[in-house]
Amino acid sequence: MSIWEYANPKKFLSTSEKVMPALWVLSIALTVGGLIWGFFLTPDDYRQGSTVKIIFIHVPAALMAINAWFMMLVASLIWVIRRHHVSALAAKAAAPVGVVMTLIALVTGALWGQPMWGTWWAWDPRLTSFLVLFLFYLGYIALWEAIEDPDTAADLTAILCLVGSVFAVLSRYAVLFWNQGLHQGASVMRAGAVAGDTEERVSNVFATPLFVCMGGFALLFLVLVLYRTGTEIRARRIKALLARERLEAEA
Amino acid sequence: MTLTVSDLSVARGGLPVLEGLSFDLPAGVALILRGPNGIGKTTLLRTIAGLQPPLKGTVSGAEDQIAYAAHADGIKPTLTVVENLIFWANVFDHTGIEEAIESFNLTALRDRPAGALSAGQKRRLGLARMLVTGRPIWILDEPTVSLDTDHVRQFADVVRRHLEGGGSALIATHIDLGLEGTVLNVGPFKAAPPPIDDFDGGFL
Amino acid sequence: MIALLLRDLKLAMRAGGGFGLGLSFFLIVTVMVPFAVGPETELLSRIAPGVLWIGALLACLLSLDRILALDWEDGSLDLLATAPLPLEAIVTIKSLAHWITTGLPLVLIAPVLGVLLHLPASAYLWIFVSLLLGTPALSVIGTFGAALTVGLKRGGLLLSLLVLPLYVPTLIFGAEMARRGASGLSIETPMLLLAGISAASVALLPFASAAVLRINLR
Repeated sequence: MSIWEYANPKKFLSTSEKVMPALWVLSIALTVGGLIWGFFLTPDDYRQGSTVKIIFIHVPAALMAINAWFMMLVASLIWVIRRHHVSALAAKAAAPVGVVMTLIALVTGALWGQPMWGTWWAWDPRLTSFLVLFLFYLGYIALWEAIEDPDTAADLTAILCLVGSVFAVLSRYAVLFWNQGLHQGASVMRAGAVAGDTEERVSNVFATPLFVCMGGFALLFLVLVLYRTGTEIRARRIKALLARERLEAEA
Repeated sequence: MTLTVSDLSVARGGLPVLEGLSFDLPAGVALILRGPNGIGKTTLLRTIAGLQPPLKGTVSGAEDQIAYAAHADGIKPTLTVVENLIFWANVFDHTGIEEAIESFNLTALRDRPAGALSAGQKRRLGLARMLVTGRPIWILDEPTVSLDTDHVRQFADVVRRHLEGGGSALIATHIDLGLEGTVLNVGPFKAAPPPIDDFDGGFL
Repeated sequence: MIALLLRDLKLAMRAGGGFGLGLSFFLIVTVMVPFAVGPETELLSRIAPGVLWIGALLACLLSLDRILALDWEDGSLDLLATAPLPLEAIVTIKSLAHWITTGLPLVLIAPVLGVLLHLPASAYLWIFVSLLLGTPALSVIGTFGAALTVGLKRGGLLLSLLVLPLYVPTLIFGAEMARRGASGLSIETPMLLLAGISAASVALLPFASAAVLRINLR
């Protein structure tokens, strides 16, 4: 029993359809539960007030924005090396989810930045990196849309994803070098976050619901990608059948 | 120097068009491909030329031996006839473009910018390119399009000389070139569509 | 290989080759900037290095689709792909030809245009050096984008969308180096990083471009 069995579209569809209902329920329960807990059952921060609660959307979205790209990178590599169509289609399916996550992270960041930093937008390295990531997503999606032949599109977007990843990392360092910025460091995973004794860190009142939200977003991403991959497989199948019908009509 | 094609299947736009093709093309022989439009002759020639991977089967003996002439001639309109030929001769590390110019009656046109040539003259320049490559196996896709009857005869003479010199040619054409070559009708090799419930890995 | 380079240069110089278009565009952009931001010397001189960099980058971008599209349309690419040259060499030569006909003239003209923007005297050398180091990366990255979009009709806009994000690190380090040079700060770090990006792009990206071209040709 090999994991590559699921690279068969039929097997993938039947399996993913079996697990998806449970995943939908679980992901929505976690996300909604985490958000309610975070929004209504935690105290206001003594300095940031209720604004701090945007963290329950902002951080999970930002996390998934990066992980979605990472997943596309892995899927592209699998396509390039093993030529499993499902893998290429999964990368295609993940891109719009990733771009929405990036957009959510950017917009919530701006909403948070306004009361905290007094400005909607700052050319802070983190914000800027996300903006650049957003542009990479747009280019990737546009390339998929522009090419008619599905295998050519899969090949070209896979190579763009690989090259783009290198340049995205380079951009991240370039941006850090370019401007030091206002954004606090990534503090969620630090050990001190649990202690919650300084304002720099995410205090533990917020930590648990935040982890719940992150889990919810991750599952939501997973189920959305599974769902969209299924759609892409069917669309690809329809295209193939139509092409074959034309071929038979010619004969 | 024999070109060997064995059990070759080729695909266009992801769909198999020809399958199970096998033939040998030894030195001194011309193989004429025939078949209706859309059967996949161009796809076959591109596959043999190494421009696209075969779906199945192998092509051997083609590496660095073939000169390929497609529908488009790859002529730069702002360069003169001579400049165009010299460029291709240099790319193929071959010298001497005079034979090519004379063989295709281009002497009077040699310093004219290629953009000012007629369609037939351009085609002759495109075919003259084959001679400056110095490659033994010619792969020609509809070489006589827009040539008049005199020049078709002239082209056939050039191919004949090429064969006598130990070369070979694989030609897709609809007209009778008057060449004493083998004729291969690709019609019977038309790929059958795969069974409809074959819903696995490759989608088709 | 030399033959291909010479042919590309010759084609660029001849009528309709587009040589000089990039340069004129660079000039026009530079002239438009004071109209947009106002003529104050101090402001112009502060933004001059950045304006020169963005102008050079856009001028470069403008000419990218010519790198491969013409050879694609007239069938030369198919024929070149069956020639003894490996595709990696072909795309490298194409990038080099693009750099010689577009990048290098931009580098040479940038200090002249600096006069129009009141570029501080200390910055002339650094804008020249930073562009000299950075433009090869712009050409090679651009060739990758051109290879991705070569088979597409009206691929120009898509080409910009694909290439501009890839230009971000080069632009940041290049412009940073010019800005630091202008204000007399140490330029060593951005210069090394810029040179590193250029060198790595020139060394590695042709493989990606050739792979992409191979896919597009089939």
